[in-house]
Parts: sequence; C-alpha cells; structure tokens
Amino acid sequence: MNDDMPDSRGAAPDAKRRRLLKQALGTVGALGVPLIAGRGVAAEAGDNQAPNVPEWMRSQGKPILSPAYGVPSTFEKDVVRTPTDLTTTKTSSWSFTPLQALEGSITPNGLVFERHHGGVPTIDPEQHQLMLHGLVERPLIFDMAQLRRFPQVSIKRFLECSGNTLTEWEKPTGKTVQDTHGLLSCCEWTGVPLATLLREAGVKDKAKWILAEGADASALTRSIPMDKALDDALVVYAQNGEALRPEQGYPLRLILPGFEGNMQVKWLRRLEVGDAPFMTREETSKYTDLMPSGKARQFTFVMDAKSVITAPSGGQNLAGKGFYEIRGLAWSGRGRIKRVDVSVDGGRNWQQAELDGPVQPKCLTRFRLPWRWKGDSVLLQSRAVDDTGYVQPTREQLVSVRGTNYVYHLNAIQTWEVSSSGEVSNVHV
Amino acid sequence: MSTSRILLLSLILGWTVGATAEVQPEAGEYGLGDPASEAEIAGWDIDVPPSGAGLPAGSGTAAQGEAVYNAQCAACHGPEGKDGAYPRLSGGQGTLASDKPVKTVGSYWPYATTLYDYIHRAMPFTAPQSLSADDTYAVTAYVLYINGIIDRDTTLDADTLAGIVMPNRDGFISPDPRPDVHNTACMDHCDERANGASGSAERKPDDGVPTM
Repeated sequence: MNDDMPDSRGAAPDAKRRRLLKQALGTVGALGVPLIAGRGVAAEAGDNQAPNVPEWMRSQGKPILSPAYGVPSTFEKDVVRTPTDLTTTKTSSWSFTPLQALEGSITPNGLVFERHHGGVPTIDPEQHQLMLHGLVERPLIFDMAQLRRFPQVSIKRFLECSGNTLTEWEKPTGKTVQDTHGLLSCCEWTGVPLATLLREAGVKDKAKWILAEGADASALTRSIPMDKALDDALVVYAQNGEALRPEQGYPLRLILPGFEGNMQVKWLRRLEVGDAPFMTREETSKYTDLMPSGKARQFTFVMDAKSVITAPSGGQNLAGKGFYEIRGLAWSGRGRIKRVDVSVDGGRNWQQAELDGPVQPKCLTRFRLPWRWKGDSVLLQSRAVDDTGYVQPTREQLVSVRGTNYVYHLNAIQTWEVSSSGEVSNVHV
Repeated sequence: MSTSRILLLSLILGWTVGATAEVQPEAGEYGLGDPASEAEIAGWDIDVPPSGAGLPAGSGTAAQGEAVYNAQCAACHGPEGKDGAYPRLSGGQGTLASDKPVKTVGSYWPYATTLYDYIHRAMPFTAPQSLSADDTYAVTAYVLYINGIIDRDTTLDADTLAGIVMPNRDGFISPDPRPDVHNTACMDHCDERANGASGSAERKPDDGVPTM
C-alpha cells in the first residue's frame, strides 16, 4: 500500500490554494479542463460570488429552443476535436477526441474521433442502398427504411483506430492524452445484427470472408472474417440515441466490436460474400504491422487491452498539494476489463483502482483511485487486465518483440510525470 | 391477403423476373430487401481480388501510362513515384528490415490486382472512378514499371494482371500471433523482481509462420 493514497477527502482550500487555483485554471483553461472545482476562482467574477447575488439570477434566461438542437455551454468552447499534423490533406486525415475533458464512458457524438480516407460524403438517406451479394442464395438490396424494420439491437462498444498512440513508439511525442490516445471513443450503437442480414440473403457453404465497402470518395474496403460477421457484427444507423453523424458514416456503418476502427466501414454501401480475403489496399499496404525481420503481420484485427489515465494527464497542472482522484479509461477488444492497477511511482508499486460498473465487454470502462499529492515529482501509470487474463504490457516489452516500425496496435502502459510544480507531462520510463 | 403476404409474393415475383436460376430461392425470414439484379450488381461490384475476377475489358502498357501518370498522378506522387507530398509509390526494395523502411508498391504491396483496384476506386484523389479501364491498366503498368517489376511494353489486361508476382508477395504473416507479449500483474517492489520491468516479454519468431 502506497502511503500517498488517502482514504478520505482533502481539507477545505486555504488562501494559498485559492491563488494556486487561479494560476492553474489560467493555464489549464486552453484545455477546457479545470482539474479542480474550487471556489473563488475568478477574481473579476467576485460580484457574482457569495455573499452577492449572481447576475444570472436577476433576469430571465434564454427561452426554449435556444437553439432547437442543443449545444454545449459557451464556456466549454475549448472541448473540441483536434487535428493531426501528420497528413498533407484534411480529407484523408484524422482528428482526436478530447479524452481529458470527458467523464463516464460514453463519448458525445460531436466529439467522436474521425478518420476519413476521402472526406465526409453528404448522403441522402432516401437514396442510400446497401447491396449484399456474392456467395449468397439471394442477392439483396436494402434501403434505409427496410433496414430499420429488422429486429433492433443497441450495445455500447468502444471504437479505436489501430493507429491510436502511433507517435509514441520511440519517444514521448504527444503533449496531452488527446494527442496520445484520442483516436478512441465509445458509443451506444443501434442497428441490426449483420448475421440477420446474412441469413436473409442465405450464405453459401464456401463463404469465409465478407468485403465491406463504403460510399465515400475512397470507396474504402476491408475484408471481414465470416466468424466475426456471424458473432457480434452490427450494421448500425444510430449512435447514442440519434442518427449517425455524417463523419461517423451517416446513414449506415459497420460496427465490429473490439476490432480495429478501420474495418468498421462507414457509409456502408456494399457487402460481398467471398471464400477468401479480398486483399484490399487497406489490409495489405496499410494496417499491416511491420516486424524487425521485414515481414509484416496481416489481419491483426483485435485491439488488445489498454488503459490510460485521463486526470491528471499531460498538459494539465495540479493546483497544489492535497486530494485528487486519479481517473482514467480501460478497454479490451477481447472482452471485459477485469481489473485496473494504478502506480504513482513509475511502476514499482501498484494499487487496484475502482471500476465504474456495470463493466461491459469491449466497452470503455472508467476507473478511479483516490490520491493525495504531497507535492513531489511522481510518475503516474495505469495497467489494465482483461477477462482473458491478459495484462497490458510495457512499451519496452512490446518493442522487444515488435521493434519500433510496427506503427499500429501500440497498447503500452502510459506514463504521466507530475513535476514538483504540478505540471503534468508525457514521459517514457 | 395480408400485407406481409402481398410483400412476400411481390418479392418472389420480383425475384423471378430478375433471376436466371431455375430454382426459385425462398425469401428470407423477414422478407425484407429487394432482389439485386445482375445489372445492379455489375455497376457496383468494382473490387478486384488476387484472382483477377471482375477485371474489366481493356488493356494498357507503361509506355501508354506514363502520359496518364504525368497528367493525373505526378502532381501528388512526384515524378516516377518519388518526392511527392503524398505516398511514395516506387523504390524502397530491400529496406523493410532496416531502421527506416520505405513502403511502396514495389517494396511492400503483395498483389498487383490491389493496385488496379485502388487506382480505379480511389484515384485520382480529386476525381475517383474517373479513369477509363484502358487508362487504369496503363497507369497500373506504369507504376509497376517504375518499380522494375514489368517492362515498358508489357501489356496488362484481365488475363495478365493477376499473373504478376510482386516482390513482397510472401512478406506477410497470418494468422495473427498475438498475444505476443506477456506482462504479469506484479503489485509490489516490481523493479526488484524483473530488472525494472513488471513482467517478461517472450520473443516469438515471426518467420516460418504460414502466410496467406
């Protein structure tokens, strides 16, 4: 047991801490993530604080429908997706979810990370079609109205790009958890099981793979193994209760729980059943993992167990000694998160964190651990264990087997260093 | 007659008109979806797997493709597939096991059919699916030519493309060998137990595994 771990809440803030809070929020404001919900934060707002009556209580607020489709508070304007600087074009590119600003396990639709290969198409749902053909008894075309008539399922599942964290193989590069882990989101997806559609068309005996194709300018295609298609694959038209967002595949996309994001084809227009993988560009020249030998692993679909601390995390500032709750996310493409351990000394000693339940398979799981910062430099880490018994590895362990040109599937333990001044930064240990 | 029976009947009739098979397949459990006609499928079925199935009529050579490449592709991919702002297409053979691997069509791509497929479906970037079949064969030939894989006058068509053996054809490993790294959930004084790591990595050979 580490003696930095308190079992009770911190004391009330003193004057010094208030000053620190002001300084900290001035710095952290750009992230939109005040680490501390303290009192007496903004000096110029004093007129609205005790014992005065706040101005927002002395007149009517905005009417209903302001606006008709609600948006976040203007004070949350910095909680947005951020772009990568690694691509030449912004249509074949990606953007990151601000994990440091989110709570719970569900990602708001407007903050779900993006990965497009030919931009976001504007598709009229009344004209959209899904073709299902190949090794089937009855080649079919579905329109959206027909797809919505099938028995419906809704499940919460994470979505992670296999390139998530790819800048971190050799040296710490991303400043924030948005930079390092932001190609990760989790939604409640609603649609029809792919198995239902396959039964409707009648799959032939020789069928082993399914080509999924998008209706975007890249006509992105991936080969899906039949056992996955029949297991838990979904063809979905809604996320978090509303229609898919355009950048998430409106009006229709594939969801393959636990598999790499690239396979979960957006703007889904065609499914071709075949007896072998189709060897598309995405599954040969991209999304393959180069080993030190010069050979590359192919069809590495599952996202292995991974976790990351989102608070405190890179770019944030601790406002002073005292109580904090260490919070983070854990997930596994192979099943449920069984346990998350947290270390505040760079991996020497670990403590089991509390999981927010019910823990669902292939779903983001929030973990929390109470912590009292003494003001010294510390190294924060989290380590996920899933229900297969797999333990999230260190970066050194992964590199020792895979080298550093692997690109994808980096699921190493992340380290955040808290300096004695309270600054949090991304480090390798 | 109930609505569902009318729907079912119309589905079966619709299928009969569009199908060439003598045996009428039964409708699915829910009777949803319309039969896809051969013409509808032909218009959308654009993929080209390694067998070459689905390749259209037409042909082209690198000599013909050079002009198409310079007009349609070079602005992004650079002259002869190098030095562009977008993915490099040529060279890099022999670099995959080095510290700085260069992945190109010539050094990395296992199938020439994928090149035709991808050029047709997604290129040119600003006008996908705009090249004719002849031009697509010709550009495919040119990209293979600048990688030293075919001659300048080799004709690519539906019969010859699938027969091209790419240099890195056997460069891929499957099935997935993961989990390949095995950490242990050490809880106390872990640095004293395993030289600073909290577990051990097992190096598995990545050669000798059958490729697909």
